[in-house]
Amino acid sequence: MHLERAHHHTWRKIKSALASGIAFASALLVIAPMGLVFFYLVVNGASSVNWDFFTKLPAPVGAVGGGMANAIVGSLELLALAGAIGIPIGVLGGVYLAEYGSARLNSVLRFLADVLNGVPSITWGVVVYGLVVLRFKGFSAYAGGLALGLIMIPLILRTTEEIILLVPNGYREAALALGVSRWKTIVHIVLKTASKGIITGILLALARVGGETAPLLFTAFGNHFWNHSLSQPIAALPLQVFTYAISPYDDWHRQAWAGALVLVTGVFCVNVLVRILTRGRGASVV
Amino acid sequence: MTTPERGVMERVEQPTETPSNGEPAPALTFQAKNVSIWYGEKRAIDNVTLDVASKAVTAIIGPSGCGKSTFLRALNRMHELTPKTRMEGTVLLHGEDLYSGTVDPAIVRRRVGMIFQKSNPFPTMTIGENVIVGLRLNGVRNQKFLNERLEKSLRMAALWDEVKDDLHKPGTSLSGGQQQRLCIARALAVEPEVILMDEPCSALDPIATAKIEELIYELKARYTIVTVTHNMQQAGRISDYTAFFYLGRLIEFGPTTKIFTNPTEKQTEDYITGRFG
Repeated sequence: MHLERAHHHTWRKIKSALASGIAFASALLVIAPMGLVFFYLVVNGASSVNWDFFTKLPAPVGAVGGGMANAIVGSLELLALAGAIGIPIGVLGGVYLAEYGSARLNSVLRFLADVLNGVPSITWGVVVYGLVVLRFKGFSAYAGGLALGLIMIPLILRTTEEIILLVPNGYREAALALGVSRWKTIVHIVLKTASKGIITGILLALARVGGETAPLLFTAFGNHFWNHSLSQPIAALPLQVFTYAISPYDDWHRQAWAGALVLVTGVFCVNVLVRILTRGRGASVV
Repeated sequence: MTTPERGVMERVEQPTETPSNGEPAPALTFQAKNVSIWYGEKRAIDNVTLDVASKAVTAIIGPSGCGKSTFLRALNRMHELTPKTRMEGTVLLHGEDLYSGTVDPAIVRRRVGMIFQKSNPFPTMTIGENVIVGLRLNGVRNQKFLNERLEKSLRMAALWDEVKDDLHKPGTSLSGGQQQRLCIARALAVEPEVILMDEPCSALDPIATAKIEELIYELKARYTIVTVTHNMQQAGRISDYTAFFYLGRLIEFGPTTKIFTNPTEKQTEDYITGRFG
């Protein structure tokens, strides 16, 4: 009896250690790719990230130096355009889903938004190519921004809705019971309470589309020079990385590594910012 | 005044009377007539007719699910926030129909304030901002006026001395009982005519409860108060009239002393003596 129990005890310990070990190994496997990517980027790209990279235009093939200043600025312009489309529509749509609408209509909208979130990003490029580029006979920053903005809409819509639904109903009732109108209650009480979460969702959506290449291929198209009009083709960091990476020149490969490193660092910084934002004071629940 | 909409439904001054048996009928704040309320198919309130006396405390008691909160919320149209609600009957506030087509529910709620079971100061606002938020969002900008109303409301809610140096701190930094009094100050700041309370003490400890009860007693000099409570001793302590609800129907209504000492209905007696509920 006694022996049997001791035996079970040992066996249990072994099983427990085994399970912990497997879990630990899995966790490592999850983190490893991230570490490898960053390591590889630093090894190959860090040497090319210098002052010129942020301030100069791309150098012609064979010429030494050059940078991606136009692509960095282009990405920021595209993100601004995308945000101008994606943020208001996404946030207001999320407000509608969470605060208005009928249960039936909302479940349809929610389903559609989820489907849209799963659409391969190149599809958006094709759609915008057909709707905008062909019609206005030219690639443009507008078209690129629109493609990215369309990707942002369902992302922001769903996160906004979920965050708003987390705001306890007691706050809405408290405001309405003071004779505050529905719309003012939503703007001044609900959205204010949920603001951190909504901003987080917006930042994550911007980080997500900031790294998109496919939707820009035949909308923004890319540009080796400064863009002087939003109705002209524009460079973007991921697009430049793509063009350089598939080129046959070593110079350009090094630039592509540097561009990828800058892009990943940018996305990483946004995520850290989100972390800081979501930590904040305990006062606002959401 | 600060709220021009109030002209839609003029405030009617009512003489104050204390309830006494068989004496001239007291002035009425609410007259609910044949009120029935459905949530979808479920009938929550079944043909309730009830008069609420002015400047007195009316307690609504009854077991869980008897419809007491639903009835209370019908007095400022808060029940309409629940989807698929339907209502029949009329509710008059100082003789005016709260449910006539021309009446804006927001105006009704400005005149009929409400305190909830769970204190709910806005977490993004300071103590001071919480008190005047109702005025602010209804368009009052005059800072001097807001400051005066801030102090007045906090004093009426018996909270001023405790928070006067901490007005810039978050409303959620207060204790549970203080938060509830902050919510009362917030409701008082828009100068309602009536205050509805939905189990205002059920989440509070006995000391905080005693403070709220004392406050209710003071407030009834100026306001009509209708409170829902689970706690029969509390109803006995604070109310002038008591209404007993059971399964959506009003079983018995009268002066609290009569309901508690000599109820007419058997069901009331059974509930009050703790035989069910």
